[in-house]
Amino acid sequence: MSRYELRFSGSGGQGLITAGIIMAKAASIYEGKQAVQSQSYGPEARGGSSKSEVIISDGPIDYPKATTVDALLAMTQEACDKYTHDLKDGGILLVDSDLVKNLPQGNFKIVSFPIINTAKTDVGREIVANIVALGAMVALTGQVSRENAEKAVLSSVPEAFIELNRKAFSIGFERALAASA
Amino acid sequence: MSKKVAFLQGNEAAAQGALYAGCNFFGGYPITPSTEVAEVMSIELPKIGGKFIQMEDEIGAMAAILGAALAGSKVLTSTSGPGLSLKQELIGYGCIAEIPCVIYNVMRGGPSTGMPTGPSQSDVMCAKWGTHGDHPAICLTPASVQETYEEVIRAFNLSEKYRTPVMVMPDEIVAHMRERIVFPEPGEIEVVPRKSPTVPPEQYKPYDTSFGDVPPLASFGSGYKFHVTGLNKMQDGFPTTKAEIVQAEEERQVRKVDANVDDIVTFEEYLLDDADVVVVAYGSTSRSARYAVNVAREQGIKAGMFRIKTFWPFPDKQIKALASKVKGIVIPEMNLGMCSLELERCAQGKVPVLGIFRVDGEPINPDQILEKIKEVK
Repeated sequence: MSRYELRFSGSGGQGLITAGIIMAKAASIYEGKQAVQSQSYGPEARGGSSKSEVIISDGPIDYPKATTVDALLAMTQEACDKYTHDLKDGGILLVDSDLVKNLPQGNFKIVSFPIINTAKTDVGREIVANIVALGAMVALTGQVSRENAEKAVLSSVPEAFIELNRKAFSIGFERALAASA
Repeated sequence: MSKKVAFLQGNEAAAQGALYAGCNFFGGYPITPSTEVAEVMSIELPKIGGKFIQMEDEIGAMAAILGAALAGSKVLTSTSGPGLSLKQELIGYGCIAEIPCVIYNVMRGGPSTGMPTGPSQSDVMCAKWGTHGDHPAICLTPASVQETYEEVIRAFNLSEKYRTPVMVMPDEIVAHMRERIVFPEPGEIEVVPRKSPTVPPEQYKPYDTSFGDVPPLASFGSGYKFHVTGLNKMQDGFPTTKAEIVQAEEERQVRKVDANVDDIVTFEEYLLDDADVVVVAYGSTSRSARYAVNVAREQGIKAGMFRIKTFWPFPDKQIKALASKVKGIVIPEMNLGMCSLELERCAQGKVPVLGIFRVDGEPINPDQILEKIKEVK
């Protein structure tokens, strides 16, 4: 059975659990697949390491956590060091190039661009860095269509921030394609 | 018309299930990892004329729901380990005074403050033995978001049917994970109403066993006046120390559950027909177990799973039957061996019971279970 595993990791407060939820929602509500999202985080409200895992499959999903990861997002050096160990051969690693300087060695594809800085300068608000990252993960993994992912993003954010998030998602998607070409 | 679907967290589904069951009162105190239940109830209850109260602590919350239940409400509280400990005195009160209520407890690392964000299954004994004295215990352990929704409804139904507190205990993984949920239409899942008195107020006795082991419960404020106490009581609710009455009443309270085990106990059997090894699992751990059983089958090992959905009363009959059929029982659980004790009791030494016990805040992964399955000879 097809089982695709994604992990969004970084530090608490970066919005990575939200990014995971939206990815899973896109797959399970809009793409017609099955998806489970889970998370682990420390007791801190901000800081501390944070990860959100999403399993996508065509059939029922039993074990809800990652076994070997197909695609990993690391938004801090700490997360990259901590969570790359179970990345699959031939998997994808997406990192923020400003924050992750020591790249791991391994048989996987590394895509890197300044995610937070893109949110700040190209989109205009650092707070949507998680949606820039999500757009990039959607482009790199191909598990859900761009349209369905965008629907999931727009149905998950407050009315007043729809345009901001649409832009963040779109720029993230395009930047990842360019960076991985 | 297609049904309403959503992508929800276990805790959010629990709150929605409670609303479907007619819950109109929530008393609680926020605590990770159950707070989302309180959040949803605080938003939804006022919209339907219900009441949400954040109390000063967990025992206060337990007191609030017992009082509200006696006034006719269908009631819920949600908490986690340390809160469950604080509630115990009044859970016993709910048992002896026979007050229907639902306690939703998300299992996190313990004892004490333990690991607030880490998963665990170490409260299952507390669900039965946490409050002192002989008393009935019902505890449900769902394994998915959809099942959490449905089991909360069933918990309300059981609490009304048997007039007793019922616990729903997902582990933190089930409580915090998100999955697609399909909502039932109104009326699609049965909702059991409270059995109200058929006699006029002057003839009403709150523990009148001429109506059977589960006497009707009147609502305060409806004209029925009666006495409620934590002391051993007579049929009219007033305290007694008369030996034969206390003995009969204690036995009846426990019998409400013991005599109806087949109505209460639910479970799932997965690939058990020809199984040599059975993995007994509950909650999120059963999802790892299913994965492991599937891999074992691919490798030619005859493994199956018995998934406990109702932890209390324990499925004694089913486990006893399995123990005379299989070569070994594997029990993965996020505690240091709680369900394991019950399995050993039921297995009566006929087959080995092999435990995988994890209390480090990490889930038990399928590889660990597969390894243990292979140890059964």
